[in-house]
Amino acid sequence: MSVHVIKPGALSTLQDLGRFGYQRYGVIVDGVMDEWSHRAANILVGNPESEATLEMTLVGPTLRFDDTTLIAICGADLSPRIGEREVPMDRPVLLRADTQLEFGRRRTGCRAYLAINGGYDVAPVMESKSTYLRGGFGGFQGRALRKDDTIAIGRSDATNPYRSLLRMLSANDDPFCAPPFALRPRSVPDATAAQSVRVVSGPQWQRFPDAAQREFLDSEFAITPSSDRMGYRLQGAKLAPREAIEMISEGVSFGTIQVPPDGNPIILMADCQTTGGYPKIAQVASVDLPRLAQMMPGQTVRFELISLDEAQRLYLARQHDFAQVLQSVSQLQQES
Amino acid sequence: MRMKVESDPTFQPMGDRCLIIEFESRVDPEINARVRSVARHLLTHPIEGVVDIVPAFTTVAVHYRPEAVRDGPPSESPYRRLCRSIERILAQGIARTDVGARVVEVPVCYGGEFGPDLDEVAVQCHLTPQQVIALHAASPHQVYMLGFAPGFPYLGGLDSRLETSRRSTPRTKVPAGSVAIAREQSAIYSIETPGGWNILGRTPLKLFTPETVPPCLLQPGDNVRFVPISAEQFNAMQQSRA
Repeated sequence: MSVHVIKPGALSTLQDLGRFGYQRYGVIVDGVMDEWSHRAANILVGNPESEATLEMTLVGPTLRFDDTTLIAICGADLSPRIGEREVPMDRPVLLRADTQLEFGRRRTGCRAYLAINGGYDVAPVMESKSTYLRGGFGGFQGRALRKDDTIAIGRSDATNPYRSLLRMLSANDDPFCAPPFALRPRSVPDATAAQSVRVVSGPQWQRFPDAAQREFLDSEFAITPSSDRMGYRLQGAKLAPREAIEMISEGVSFGTIQVPPDGNPIILMADCQTTGGYPKIAQVASVDLPRLAQMMPGQTVRFELISLDEAQRLYLARQHDFAQVLQSVSQLQQES
Repeated sequence: MRMKVESDPTFQPMGDRCLIIEFESRVDPEINARVRSVARHLLTHPIEGVVDIVPAFTTVAVHYRPEAVRDGPPSESPYRRLCRSIERILAQGIARTDVGARVVEVPVCYGGEFGPDLDEVAVQCHLTPQQVIALHAASPHQVYMLGFAPGFPYLGGLDSRLETSRRSTPRTKVPAGSVAIAREQSAIYSIETPGGWNILGRTPLKLFTPETVPPCLLQPGDNVRFVPISAEQFNAMQQSRA
């Protein structure tokens, strides 16, 4: 079983939950930008949440599946379709052999995730299937997908968790079939309004004067076009520290908001370096990173300060939500 | 023998999934040795829920999954419980387990196309290019940390006569293997990246190989000795590598 790339899309890379355990060697974590959409897609097709998905950015690829394949698409709505028919998102979809999946106009969000039952059969590098573009390793040959690539699909333990879908597919000539249920999408924000992003104060918060702290929390910041998987460069109020902060490089992570000398904050994203030398004014609460990952250049954010306790409470509550999603989906799979 | 009192480290949260242990905030071989010992101890005595340990010059970053931190009462936040676990470990005292005894020789072809900033550094330091090479090769370099890029070592121990400022405009591409200096440190570019350090030469050695364990030539604590080689030797070594 394999998937053939007819058109690669703008930036389609294999990503999983990240390459942890190697940051001390300077090896960056990578991984999906929108963890919730990735996990949901995997759950829907019966994969472990740690399996790789295809992260598709703004313009989706055209893919042909040579065998009957169970997929799920979550995250940004990039108008997935097969022939003239729209493919529903946020639910399992069983494709007939030799079906071509295409994407069209971007409706919402920035990044869509395609999970395949059985996973993508690529060799893990340092225990992860995530693609590290700059380093040229991981994922599919260390790079984004290109035209004419063929990626093998892994063999799943439980071949297809939805027996009813197979029956549905054999009952008619449709190119695909899907059950009536769908997960409620969680991370894709309304594109028009400024998004409130919750943050916890960073290690150097106190070294910014009151005025800079106020401006950070009271004004809106626009995501500039020079934003990518490494970081979102923001434009808005300039945040000057109390005095020039002479920093010694130390660990940073996905969600760290650092302020370089020009005063324009940068939010470090999934492909950020392991260490950094700029003062860290704040850190995005983990539960709000998926929403940030779905935002586009030009959209604006507003930061809301919460306590660390609150951020961890929100995070644990979200983990609990996911455990419940997993439970109800596996129930549906058993019933089907 | 004079007893040296080590100050207690401080803990700081960096968001809800990472905390930073800071020793003292100055770059110093003693403090860095302590950082390395603590990082090594935490790696060899793993705490449930911790996913990554990242030693830097004066700090150790501890990345964790809050839902997987088990120790302590559940009424307390995962951060507080993890801090307490680490405090307990530090209180037991951690032996200096330094791998600093290792000496790694790194051949370097200085100047020419491999070291485009050698002459400029010589002018800035009021030395001849030959003196710059001699001082750089004779400095007792030690790896403080890896960061910036995979396998990229920051090296302390540079002769103070070679202190320079970074280039005012960074290069958009610095080739892998470039040996460079800035301020009081040296570094080796492990992969091709943008960079603003002054490039003195290039090594034919490969610093980062993703398929090997560990993936890096150098480890924190390693002593590094730069050995000048000719362009012919460089080419021969690079060919035998390929």
